[in-house]
Amino acid sequence: MLNSFLTIKDILAGYKRREFSSKEVFDLCYKNISKSEGRIGAFVTLLDREGLKLSRNSIPVGHKDIFSTKNIETTASSNILKGYKPPYDASTVKRLSDKNFVCIGKLNCDAFAHGATGENSDMKVTKNPYDLTRTPGGSSCGPAAAVASGFVLMATATDTGGSIRLPSSFTNTVGIKPTYGRVSRYGVIAMTSSTDSIGHITRTVWDNAYVLGITAGFDPKDATSSHREVDDYLDTIEQGILGLKVGVPREYLENIPANIKDRFYESIKLLEGLGAKVVDVSLPSTKYAINAYYIITPSEISSNLARFDGIRFGGTRNKFGGEAKRRIMMGTFSLSAGYYDEYYLKAQKARTLIIEDFKNAFEKVDVLVTPVSPILPPKLNSIIKDTLKTYMMDVLTVPVSIAGVPSLSVPGGFIDDEGKKLPFGIQLIGNYFNEKLLYRIGYALEQETRYYETTPAI
Amino acid sequence: MRDKSGVEKISKLASLPLSEKEISLFGNQLSKIVGFVAALNRLDTNTVSPTYQVAGKVNEFREDKPSGGLSSKEALSNSPRTIGKYIVTKGVFNVK
Repeated sequence: MLNSFLTIKDILAGYKRREFSSKEVFDLCYKNISKSEGRIGAFVTLLDREGLKLSRNSIPVGHKDIFSTKNIETTASSNILKGYKPPYDASTVKRLSDKNFVCIGKLNCDAFAHGATGENSDMKVTKNPYDLTRTPGGSSCGPAAAVASGFVLMATATDTGGSIRLPSSFTNTVGIKPTYGRVSRYGVIAMTSSTDSIGHITRTVWDNAYVLGITAGFDPKDATSSHREVDDYLDTIEQGILGLKVGVPREYLENIPANIKDRFYESIKLLEGLGAKVVDVSLPSTKYAINAYYIITPSEISSNLARFDGIRFGGTRNKFGGEAKRRIMMGTFSLSAGYYDEYYLKAQKARTLIIEDFKNAFEKVDVLVTPVSPILPPKLNSIIKDTLKTYMMDVLTVPVSIAGVPSLSVPGGFIDDEGKKLPFGIQLIGNYFNEKLLYRIGYALEQETRYYETTPAI
Repeated sequence: MRDKSGVEKISKLASLPLSEKEISLFGNQLSKIVGFVAALNRLDTNTVSPTYQVAGKVNEFREDKPSGGLSSKEALSNSPRTIGKYIVTKGVFNVK
């Protein structure tokens, strides 16, 4: 009997033992979709069930609409790309389809991945499956909501300043932002080329590690991808965390509300109980990361979005949404003559200091642990009206992005608010290319808490 | 850029047409964002070098070997205006 909320690990075992077929797994996902998608709104394109070519081992996946998918409309959830059908697949899409992941649709996001609530999408508003009046977080609102709702077993996503970790935190799912350059960016519509990281969202840590083993690795089509050999992310996952040094950076907890802080320290106690040694650490420059981020990001966006001229593909530039226009304007300003040194160059120097902070910290500890978000999932149509408040939602996730280190968001439990149980996430930050250790710690936590078993009532 | 002509200058540089309403809205919002990021000035960076590539990569070379690419039909499949195997662009020298 198939449970409504499957994991990749379950179905790989089920396929092997011939307990059920891939047809049954896809039927179940489509059943969940027809039951709840009307209320959730995760997909911008849903493929016809009958048109899918399944093999015995197929696994249903959804791609964030920012990944190019051959002959399937790819809009980055923006009006300017309406009707655009890429003639090729992103490298990550290709690697996954070679390993039995079959795309069932494209998932909503903030247009061009600019946002923290999903509400900058030109297409639709995605709801949080744990409370339909709230945002599932952004920019990867569709991927997180689709995985949490049992529509797909895994969704690809991108994280430039928190766009995977934040929605994972808000939907009780697991999200990886790999080291910059670990996964190819080829075929993913570019936002901030120096921080864009390609990752994915799953229900469990094991599933997440399994998928990174497929997507990671050098790609000749992305000159910034790393030649470094890909680790086996699963072989030590069950090893436990006895003796590991866990750092809690005090600056990250300065402005966190008590309800989030209390639950966060429960996870820290749990890590201690599992044999880790908890150490107080300081990363003094990281508080400037949010300021540097909102210079670097719009600057690189203004350059990357210059290619949208309505001549080779897509519509004309007046079709950009408000947030894209705002970022193009800010970026053009900070790169313009007379301001470059004051803004962009200054931010890139700040980046050097932020990297040094992380390097110093990782000489003392194996991993840093923080909350993912300073707030609980906001109500829809609330925070989005205040641009700077929305930007501040990324305050705990952007230092990682600026430095390029890897980070894993794992469920940290639920917090009661207005009669609803709202998920919140724990961020595990590792040294460059040490995703393997993050999975080991995340897995140890997950085995104790099993929060993924608490599924939304949708 | 805080005033109207400043916003108009940036919009021209960005080749981004804005309505009157957007010009006044963005003038206001961008001033706030500029004020927000200016907090960075509290950080002393006099002796610090900038980092542009976090993974420390410098150049990436690949073999100069021809390989398959898109057909011209595929490459032109999303272009709004084409003639034969060509994309029709806006004029460069005939625009004032």
